[in-house]
Amino acid sequence: MNSAIRNGLGYTTLALMIAALFMVFDYVPPEAEQGIAQLIFYFHVPLAWVAFASFGIVAIAGIFYLWLGDQLWDDLGYAAAETGMVFCTLMIVAGSIWAKPIWGTWWTWDSRLTTTFILWLMYCGYLMLRASADDTPQVARFAAVLGIVAVLDVPIVIASVRLWRTIHPAVLVTKQGGHGLEDPRMVATLMVCLAAFTALWAWLLMLRFMQLRTRSRMGTLAVRIAFANAAASDSK
Amino acid sequence: MEHLGYLFAAYSIIFAVIFLYVLFIWRRQAALDAELRTLEARMAALNESSPAAGSSEPRTDI
Repeated sequence: MNSAIRNGLGYTTLALMIAALFMVFDYVPPEAEQGIAQLIFYFHVPLAWVAFASFGIVAIAGIFYLWLGDQLWDDLGYAAAETGMVFCTLMIVAGSIWAKPIWGTWWTWDSRLTTTFILWLMYCGYLMLRASADDTPQVARFAAVLGIVAVLDVPIVIASVRLWRTIHPAVLVTKQGGHGLEDPRMVATLMVCLAAFTALWAWLLMLRFMQLRTRSRMGTLAVRIAFANAAASDSK
Repeated sequence: MEHLGYLFAAYSIIFAVIFLYVLFIWRRQAALDAELRTLEARMAALNESSPAAGSSEPRTDI
């Protein structure tokens, strides 16, 4: 059952990604002012969406772990934080490459960029905590709390373009309301790219989550073997 | 076709990193499979030497 879902997601991701690439490079018209560099937008925004979705799952899993204490939620949070970091890093890198020809700089301490960087640092901390300590319930609880606190930065990142003066474009929801995508082909391309990255994210999250579940079960099996060994020694 | 290099760089990095992450997951899976086979072999050996010991549950009161 799991492998059928996993394979189905994998093939769906592949098909959607091919469609997304076709639409970006052959279907959608480039934006009038920015030209071809604006095509980075069609992957930059979906990367942000899946990164934020991942961090949301980290927080939800953290709440359930603190509430129920079930290892499953800790594994889900860890898997989501890792995939979220991959996509968040790619979002920042893609944004930086897009910024260079448009803003003339790779990076600026703009409100959205700064709040995103803080978000990235917090999840770096989460992964460093997981990597540097043993998988004890105490570390899992610390990580759950960190995941819940860190996600509070996500709405700040989203709202930052409206809260503070910024040079980052508010394309999806402009300050005047509505969206900044004038051509319907731009909207269609963005939707396909969002679907492609959502499928890719779900596939990677599932792979990593199943792997962490296996590792947890193996830990339990190792404990059983150790106890069985001790019981065998005692009986001799 | 101004800025084509930036576009190429962005898309190349995105796909390269995703490919590397999939590779990382794949390699971890291979390591986990090997570890699981070792554990299963140890469990089987334990069951052969002492069938009662192999089925014992871990104590949860310690």
